[in-house]
Amino acid sequence: MTVGIDLSKVRPGFQDPVHNSQSVFRAIMEAVARPGMQVTLSPAPTSPAPLCPAAGAVALTLLDFETPVWLSPAIREGEARDWLRFHCGCPLVDETEASAFAFISRADEAPPLSAFNPGDAKYPDRSTTVILQVLSLEGGSSVRLAGPGIKGERIIAPRGLPADFWDQVAENGAAFQFGVDILLVAEEGLIGLPRTVRIQS
Amino acid sequence: MAYVSVKGGEKAIENAHLWLAEARRGDPSVAEVGVDQIREQLSLAVDRVMAEGSCYDPGLAALAVKQARGDLPEAIFLVRAYRTTLPRFGGSEPVDTEKMHVRRRISAAFKDIPGGQVLGPTFDYTHRLLDFTLAAEGLPPPAPAPASETPSSWPMPTIGSVFAHEDLLEADARSEAETPFDLTREPMSFPAGRDQRLQALARGDEGFLLSLAYSSQRGWGSTHPLCGEIRLGDVAVEFVPEELGFPIEIGEVTLTECQMLSGFAGSAERAPQFTRGYGLAFGHSERKAMSMAIVDRALRHREVGEQADAPVQDEEFVLYHSDNVEASGFVQHLKLPHYVDFQADLQLIRRLRREHFERLNPVQEAAE
Amino acid sequence: MTEASPPANLAERYYNYAYLDEQTKRMIRRAILKALAIPGYQAPFGSREMPVPYGWGTGGIQLTAAIIGPDDVYKCIDQGADDTTNAVSIRKFFAKVADVATTEDTSDATIIQTRHRIPEQSLKAGQVLVFQVPQPEPLRGLEARETETRAMHAYEEYGLQYVSLYENISAYGRIAATAGYPVMIEERYLMSPSPIPKFDNPKMDDNEAILLFGAGREKRIYALPPHTRVRSLDFEDYPFEVQSWEENCALCGAEDSYLDEVVLDDAGNKMFVCSDSHFCGERRKAGHSGPMAGHQLDQTVEGNTP
Repeated sequence: MTVGIDLSKVRPGFQDPVHNSQSVFRAIMEAVARPGMQVTLSPAPTSPAPLCPAAGAVALTLLDFETPVWLSPAIREGEARDWLRFHCGCPLVDETEASAFAFISRADEAPPLSAFNPGDAKYPDRSTTVILQVLSLEGGSSVRLAGPGIKGERIIAPRGLPADFWDQVAENGAAFQFGVDILLVAEEGLIGLPRTVRIQS
Repeated sequence: MAYVSVKGGEKAIENAHLWLAEARRGDPSVAEVGVDQIREQLSLAVDRVMAEGSCYDPGLAALAVKQARGDLPEAIFLVRAYRTTLPRFGGSEPVDTEKMHVRRRISAAFKDIPGGQVLGPTFDYTHRLLDFTLAAEGLPPPAPAPASETPSSWPMPTIGSVFAHEDLLEADARSEAETPFDLTREPMSFPAGRDQRLQALARGDEGFLLSLAYSSQRGWGSTHPLCGEIRLGDVAVEFVPEELGFPIEIGEVTLTECQMLSGFAGSAERAPQFTRGYGLAFGHSERKAMSMAIVDRALRHREVGEQADAPVQDEEFVLYHSDNVEASGFVQHLKLPHYVDFQADLQLIRRLRREHFERLNPVQEAAE
Repeated sequence: MTEASPPANLAERYYNYAYLDEQTKRMIRRAILKALAIPGYQAPFGSREMPVPYGWGTGGIQLTAAIIGPDDVYKCIDQGADDTTNAVSIRKFFAKVADVATTEDTSDATIIQTRHRIPEQSLKAGQVLVFQVPQPEPLRGLEARETETRAMHAYEEYGLQYVSLYENISAYGRIAATAGYPVMIEERYLMSPSPIPKFDNPKMDDNEAILLFGAGREKRIYALPPHTRVRSLDFEDYPFEVQSWEENCALCGAEDSYLDEVVLDDAGNKMFVCSDSHFCGERRKAGHSGPMAGHQLDQTVEGNTP
């Protein structure tokens, strides 16, 4: 169903889809393998607002007709939505728990993490990956992380998170093997917070 | 003489490939076989490669047969590895075998059925005597077959419609899923739906399915099958392009379809009825379609409350082991070097033997 | 040591970059991310037919194809050696379809694909080690049914594995497992390390690199992020131990590497050489030598056949 998209207004995606999505994926893979480590997604597309370039790069790299996507209200309106449908061909879903990927444009639009699909006991990989846009990946209050992918501990300080975000992350991690996996994005940067991450007090 | 194992691989591979090409060509004083000759004159080999290769393209399948030197599982593998790289435009509409242009159609259940019995091009009643006239090449082509057997009706009624008014045969259960399960995109999962099972069987090795069907007939999970109908012919394939919104015909495929009938004594909720097993294969592949139908029916034991203790009724066993590309690869990978693992085993067995003899003979041990 | 890859032969580019189509790569990439998020868990994926047979490394090849780019430097080993036939064949495949530079040097490589070994030299951040896995299920030898073993992992029911190890001790006086020795990941998922000798098991614990495991025929991907806790199963009174040799490498004299036994004749003569051909070659270049230095294997082991 491509009805209703004004193709003349859809911004371009990757210039070179094969090689751009490869280099972006490698950065995302390093970020998920090393939770808390900030990576730059390059080249990132000039995705339409409110999607930041990093969120756009994640979408172009990982979404297609096999991934049901949930969008927070600000993304669901207008240009960003058409851009995702055109470039990724991804089905959009209204229920958070039916999504393979969820894009949240800002903290005040974020449903609780528990609203998303935590996976199945036998297939915990069927959980939602949540892409949460924040104001900045730096400059907020510090949190110390530990777990697989981290030697000792790693300190991060993203700014613009939902109020009780770290409590939710801790709760998400406590339910392992269930849980969602989170990608924090701002501008062209990304930090991975898979369900294995532990918050150090 | 020194024995150097598999080192020096690069040169060895190159030489092996050259040798293979030479062996494929055979005696150069004999004319090279053409892909078109294979497609036209070894058409049943081509059909099997298309069926198990999951790709309907007689020209490509004939090329694969040539490249594989006639080794059909190898040709099937070539076609699969090509097919998997092709972009996907979407799924076709279900083909309607009732509207098949039938070349062969038989039923073992009735002496005559609507549409008639049409023997068509079959080996069934030939005497298996080597025909030495075929060895003498250059004979004029055989005369066209008499048209008396041309099927009389189109659409050709199916065995289901023959039974329809009495409800003696279970109705075809349509899958509820909009798009059927696709094994080429998702791994096997259990319990398997009938769509997943039929796809696995359609791609499955003919020999494996034949043996399973045979084991069932011999009593290892018997379903007392009877051949309700086999039909062979061409059907139209239709596709709905997104931009048009209505189906258009994109081509024709030759299919063999088999409906096996089995009894069902009935239960508290269901009246006694005939049940069916279904087989479908690209091209002319009766052995495959019949075996598939028997195995399909045997695997439906849960639906009809049959006791299940035979291999043919074990879904995981049958579906996991029916793919000859997987099976052939894994069996033959034992040719690859395993000397790291073997060294580990060798070391362990030497140690266990030493300990064994020390236990048996502690005195001598002390004396040493 | 890095060889330039042959220029892309456009006439031969009948296939996609890195062979797989983009949708398949996305599907595998998604599976890799979930596998990294659940270390040791076997994520199902829609494995495709590859142009090499199942058992020849189709899982590893699909992983490599999904992550590789033209800036990568690719190394491929089988039994630890770069020059084994299958390693040569796979390395050539990626040089051809992915336009990558290839190397035999462990430290130069960004992606190392392996069958049955982990290189002797420590890996570092930025490297990815891709394992070819014939059977991803560590419990398969004890329970043939996938439906059963999947439930065992889901509910962390690993009693069967311990019973089997214990029976092994009763029969042989030790844990008589040699390759593919099961490991526990972060005290949650039991994992098969693929048929590497247990000599290599300790290298997985707290490794610097990303470890990816691909089983093509069985259609499973699993992964270990760097610095993951990997414990080889054992008992307090029967602790895990690795293989050791009385001999040193006949060529480079190494005392601490995994050795292959090379049968020299049918009179029982043999020599032991490093299974890791690059490691052995580097040692010899640095001036180390073993009791049979100068043997004809000296030329071939390193893959420098003229």
